[in-house]
Amino acid sequence: MIPIKTLTTAATVLLLTTTGMVQAGVTLDGIKKNGFIKCGVSDGLPGFSYADEKGNYNGIDVDVCRAVAAAVFGDATKVKFTPLTAKERLTALQSGEIDVLSRNTTWTSSRDSAQGMNFTGITYYDGQGFLVNKKLGVKNAKGLDGATVCVQAGTTTELNLSDYFRANKMKYTPISYDKSDESAKSLEAGRCDVLTSDQSQLYAQRIKLAKPDDYIVLPDVISKEPLGPVVRHGDDDWFDIVKWTLFVMVNAEELGITSKNVEEMKKSTNPDVKRLLGVEGDKGKDFGLANDWMAVVIKQVGNYGEIFERNVGKGSSLKIERGLNALWNQGGLQYAPPMR
Amino acid sequence: MAEAHIPHPDLPPPVSTIGVIGWLRRNLFSSPLNIVLTILAVYLLYTALPPLLRWVLWNAHWSGDNRADCPADGGACWVFIRVHFEQFMYGFYPDDQRWRVKTALVVLILSAAPLFIRSVPGKIKMRLGLSLLAIYPVIAFVLFKGGLLGLATVETSKWGGLLLTLVIAGVGMTAALPLGVLLALGRRSQMPAIQTLCVTFIEFWRGVPLITVLFMSSVMLPLFMPAGVSFDKLLRALIGITLFQAAYMAEVVRGGLQAIPKGQIEAAAALGLGYWKTMGLIVLPQALKLVIPGIVNTFIALFKDTSLVLIIGLFDLMNIVHNATTNPDWLGFSTEGYVFTAAVYWLFCFSMSRYSHSLEKRLHTGHKR
Repeated sequence: MIPIKTLTTAATVLLLTTTGMVQAGVTLDGIKKNGFIKCGVSDGLPGFSYADEKGNYNGIDVDVCRAVAAAVFGDATKVKFTPLTAKERLTALQSGEIDVLSRNTTWTSSRDSAQGMNFTGITYYDGQGFLVNKKLGVKNAKGLDGATVCVQAGTTTELNLSDYFRANKMKYTPISYDKSDESAKSLEAGRCDVLTSDQSQLYAQRIKLAKPDDYIVLPDVISKEPLGPVVRHGDDDWFDIVKWTLFVMVNAEELGITSKNVEEMKKSTNPDVKRLLGVEGDKGKDFGLANDWMAVVIKQVGNYGEIFERNVGKGSSLKIERGLNALWNQGGLQYAPPMR
Repeated sequence: MAEAHIPHPDLPPPVSTIGVIGWLRRNLFSSPLNIVLTILAVYLLYTALPPLLRWVLWNAHWSGDNRADCPADGGACWVFIRVHFEQFMYGFYPDDQRWRVKTALVVLILSAAPLFIRSVPGKIKMRLGLSLLAIYPVIAFVLFKGGLLGLATVETSKWGGLLLTLVIAGVGMTAALPLGVLLALGRRSQMPAIQTLCVTFIEFWRGVPLITVLFMSSVMLPLFMPAGVSFDKLLRALIGITLFQAAYMAEVVRGGLQAIPKGQIEAAAALGLGYWKTMGLIVLPQALKLVIPGIVNTFIALFKDTSLVLIIGLFDLMNIVHNATTNPDWLGFSTEGYVFTAAVYWLFCFSMSRYSHSLEKRLHTGHKR
């Protein structure tokens, strides 16, 4: 992930403090007045956010916004997507051009504090990994001593790579490329043994190769890149809604509620399920939403597992394993606080 | 009786100077250096052309509708372009509203056609051209954007593809030329206030890269606005591009103005013409004619620069192609996408260049040697 320039940050923070234009509580009011959510997404990232031949947006990041719209309006289509580049994204949120940023943004301390952001959770645990040819016979990253590594120039990826090899006292030869397409071609031509990038991107790179099945993504992850939706400081109600929409989707997966069986599950005797689907209690009132909002989210968009598999997992051409993104009780890190 | 002198009939020229052989000798094998260069060129073509043709044509895949129809066997996958073609042309403009874009195009072609017919008198052309310049943008805007006359509103964020490229280039060109002319006149003005203003403007905009202008317009500008007021992103980009290009245009036009001898202005003054009449009737017609190559050069540069809007997340032709290559169902076809984009850009730029050539020839009045 490319860090935003320190200078820009300083300038924007200064501007924010001097103009002080975003007032408390206005975001949710504005959304309700508009009748739709303004959602910032990526301008094209496989599996996370892209527009298909028909111009419909797809991807994990896109589905998160749809889920929030389903929560607020009971209608997942009430979203206006704004494609943003990596450099624009934080300003667009600060200036109120968008209400929520769902654009594979890494949760870091500086973004969460100095830049006036609130990360609402983690939709995808990403991290830097390695893509190698099976012929090499390497089973994990420790076996990469002396390898030639293709890496994207001028990114934190390059820095992480050098840190990792130095820490493990291994040698390597880096070859830098500007474009991800070039590095994929280079790996294919055998100019490098390994390609390194964020894991979610490695799967996309693999598809570009002529024989994807000859290559594997090593299990090792050498950096932490937790990605999640972001809202700006100043409207805690809105922050809560986005945060709990994510938790609802994770909890729904844990309880076995899917978009298909949500109606049947309403008859369930499990109190957790009953509370989540709004059959029991008044979980809507606390958030200022309809009582069955969680059920609507699941019905219209799906639980976390469904979103994952549909966009980047088995149901997509990327075929990414759940790995760190499996539920906590299945060996992963996805964990949501209880609904009660 | 002396025999009348009958000259020998002309002999045919030597075989080696006519026909194919003559042409080859004259053009390709006229000197040892040229022989070497010719052989080198043929060798290069021989090595480069067959693989290229194989990729572009013979091994290429044309039919089908998904990536399974494009096995990796060394051929281009034009299916990728075909499937996305409509999107590359219109961006995210709604399917059922695309007739509006087509209508606008037809209106433009029909109304602008007389300008390109030689037998139409100049005066009529002038009036038609000026009224077109004033009215057509309004017609096109209403048709594209809607919200009037029962047309559904289509947000500018949905405009994309070639449509957006042409909108940006068209607005940039038509707005930058008059603005540039005014700036050039202002820079040569006798009035210090106007001169300083124009010089400052031109030097400021020429001194910053376009990419910075776009970036500032999309990233910094919104921070100065009151909350909730969002200024259309496309409009911001259009203003930035227009001002930027106007500065360049001003310098091109100034080059032409300086080439007009002082005597012309003095003669106009002697005839009793005021400043605007002198400029409009005597100086500018000559000056602009002189700098047609420079103006077209700026237009072509502008047309290609429109692709820079991708850094502010506008989906022009270049960016919409990039977006299509990130669809997981179509990963790995970026080469086809960019080759197609290059072809479209080349087509437009080359046409502009040819048109400027023909314009120069037509307006040629003997000042060239």
